[in-house]
Amino acid sequence: MAKITFDGIEVEVPDGTSILNAARTIGGSIVPPAMCYYTPLQGSGGKCRACLVRVAAGSAKDPRPMPKLVASCVTPVQDGMVVENTTSEQVLNVRKGIVEMLLINHPLDCPVCDQAGECDLQNFAFEHGVSTTRYQEERRTFEKIDIGPLIQLHMTRCILCYRCVYTANQITDNRVHGVLGRGDAAEIGTYIENVIDNDFSGNVIDVCPVGALTDKTWRFKQRVWFTKPVNAHRDCSHEKCPGRVVLWYKGKDVLRVTARKDQYGEVKEFICNECRFEKKETADWVIEGPAHIDRSSVISANHYELPVLNQQVIADLPESSVRDLEQNPPMKLGN
Amino acid sequence: MGRKLLTEHINVEGIDTFEVYRKHGGYRSVEKALKTMTPDEVVEEVKKSGLRGRGGAGFPTGMKWSFLAKPEGVPRYLVCNADESEPGTFKDRQLMSKLPHLLIEGMITGSYALGANTSYIYIRGELLYVLRILEKAIAEAYANGFLGKNILGSGYDLDLHVHPGGGAYICGEETALLESLEGKRGNPRNKPPFPAVQGLYARPTVVNNVESIAAVPIIVNMTGDEYAKIGVGRSTGTKLISACGHLNKPGIYEIELGLPVEEFIYSDEYCGGIWKGRELKAVVAGGSSVPILPKELILKTAAGENRLMTYESLSDGGFVTGTMLGSGGFIAMDETTCIVRNTWNFSRFYHHESCGQCSPCREGTGWLEKVLHRLEYGHGHMEDIDLLVSVAKQIEGNTICPLGEAAAWPVAAAVRHFRDEFEWHVKHPQEAIRPGAVYPGKAVLA
Repeated sequence: MAKITFDGIEVEVPDGTSILNAARTIGGSIVPPAMCYYTPLQGSGGKCRACLVRVAAGSAKDPRPMPKLVASCVTPVQDGMVVENTTSEQVLNVRKGIVEMLLINHPLDCPVCDQAGECDLQNFAFEHGVSTTRYQEERRTFEKIDIGPLIQLHMTRCILCYRCVYTANQITDNRVHGVLGRGDAAEIGTYIENVIDNDFSGNVIDVCPVGALTDKTWRFKQRVWFTKPVNAHRDCSHEKCPGRVVLWYKGKDVLRVTARKDQYGEVKEFICNECRFEKKETADWVIEGPAHIDRSSVISANHYELPVLNQQVIADLPESSVRDLEQNPPMKLGN
Repeated sequence: MGRKLLTEHINVEGIDTFEVYRKHGGYRSVEKALKTMTPDEVVEEVKKSGLRGRGGAGFPTGMKWSFLAKPEGVPRYLVCNADESEPGTFKDRQLMSKLPHLLIEGMITGSYALGANTSYIYIRGELLYVLRILEKAIAEAYANGFLGKNILGSGYDLDLHVHPGGGAYICGEETALLESLEGKRGNPRNKPPFPAVQGLYARPTVVNNVESIAAVPIIVNMTGDEYAKIGVGRSTGTKLISACGHLNKPGIYEIELGLPVEEFIYSDEYCGGIWKGRELKAVVAGGSSVPILPKELILKTAAGENRLMTYESLSDGGFVTGTMLGSGGFIAMDETTCIVRNTWNFSRFYHHESCGQCSPCREGTGWLEKVLHRLEYGHGHMEDIDLLVSVAKQIEGNTICPLGEAAAWPVAAAVRHFRDEFEWHVKHPQEAIRPGAVYPGKAVLA
């Protein structure tokens, strides 16, 4: 076990844990953002540089600070390490820079993007970015490439996190897409136009942090915050598929099926294309109950149970209720 | 005359053949090492010599060798980085094409020291003619019992392969080189783990530059202590400098480290001064990735001392008034050089060569190039100059590999030392874009 201090909070984690995962054991808003790191995908991380942190002391044995900021997702902890994240101005400044860089070639088309509301970059930019850019040059655009009937590739929105490539490599049977080209001309593609159609190909949609890979059967049907996520399962015939999913309802209709994700947006169990694209009837599933949605998520918008007003609207309450109300005052709107 | 170690026999007729090379004392270090020394003793000699990596970073070679993990029953590798392609650096290809056996001798001695039984020379794909020269030389070494099984009856086996790369600058970065050598896309790896622990095929690996490896036979032959006597302070031995630009005698020179920069530029033994009798304006001392320095600072340090061709002296003053010896790619620019155009040109290169794996480098190098292009073509604004510095700062230190720094340093240094020239481009766009236009003012020191 290694003991590290992360933003002044001491935490003990097993040897070999990355700094990012050590921070996740603490949780909350001090966890560095991650655009390319994805726990279930081996070898991912280190690319987007969003999770850079300052190591103020390398270890108890060698307490010297590390000369450069390090990517917390790929740097293992050492006993006695002291890490600064939100407590370091340098880190926060760099993050502003990273947002600016990422948004150079990522269009702000959130109003028409199907990922809006579930977009890691949207959250990252909201939390760490600034509202203006200094970039005034031409931005890159791409011709649309048809990669089959199930998945839409919007290369213009891609931030080259490589997650979909790792997914295709590690989860599916055969990878037909990868990174072509170099530098800011690099792109995700299938070289010669090819269809991505193996049994688990739909998982690239779930791992994409932005709206570069979206579900063709769901596109433009609904904004995500108007839907109701419900956990469900079925007895899937595919041996590798657990059959545990989230159904996204609008009224009685299942508009979309996705894998279940944890609080950091990482898929817990990858699902097959049959579950994702073909089973869109309630009768196909055993409903478990509402899916947990983080309170801070935009998806929880419009899911308030009742509006709470500032004024006390119910007069002449019994004494016990008044006492309860005094001890637990209702949340006020606008605060 | 400076002492020549690497290039002593470079002009001998037929020195690229085994016979002639052997006649001139070739492969003596292999005999000495394999017959009279243990691998650790060879490492110790290299340590004693104080040899520092000649590829650019200047990390002590012997120390790098001693870091190599040596788990039982696991193969280890020595990889020669011959992917030289930094603008202004062209010494390794000369060394390999003229003295292929010197590199092979270094590979054998080095591999023995590290306990590697398979070694690779990763060569830039464009250098096809050099690849053929090396392959021929390797075949000769095999035929004469210096490669293969049981070399010189010592019981030591070594196979040496030459592997041509696809022609990407990023593959000169050691971890990207290893990825490429494994047959993958040449993207740098995250460090740690370092190659000394997990390198080629996830095995302990040492990656050295051609010139560093070529120095090993000389060190073994003359002993590390003798080698360390050449040079100044921690900059020991000789170094190949590829001098180009506006010089009377551009070329590749072997210098003893410690030679004054002024002597290197102006003496007849070396570059013979600036061409056409013009004034020197600026120098990039160690390949295009190191900070540019104006004449005043390349000849003298900020403290007024003579600047020497050593790792320490060139970096004296940090990046405020100093630079780096780097790979020895010495680019001299006369008074007619447009610094803005030159910086844009460097930036174009790094933009083109960024692998695109990490965001600051992928997006930042392109941004730098575009702003510089705007300035050069008379569409710049005053705030663009600070923007350049700011973007360079956003890239520097935040990338997976040093290509980010290589792209950022030259831009930041050009603005630092020649800000007036950038401002002149903004204020006088019509004059600045005129072909042959030269900034009329003098460089202002920071």
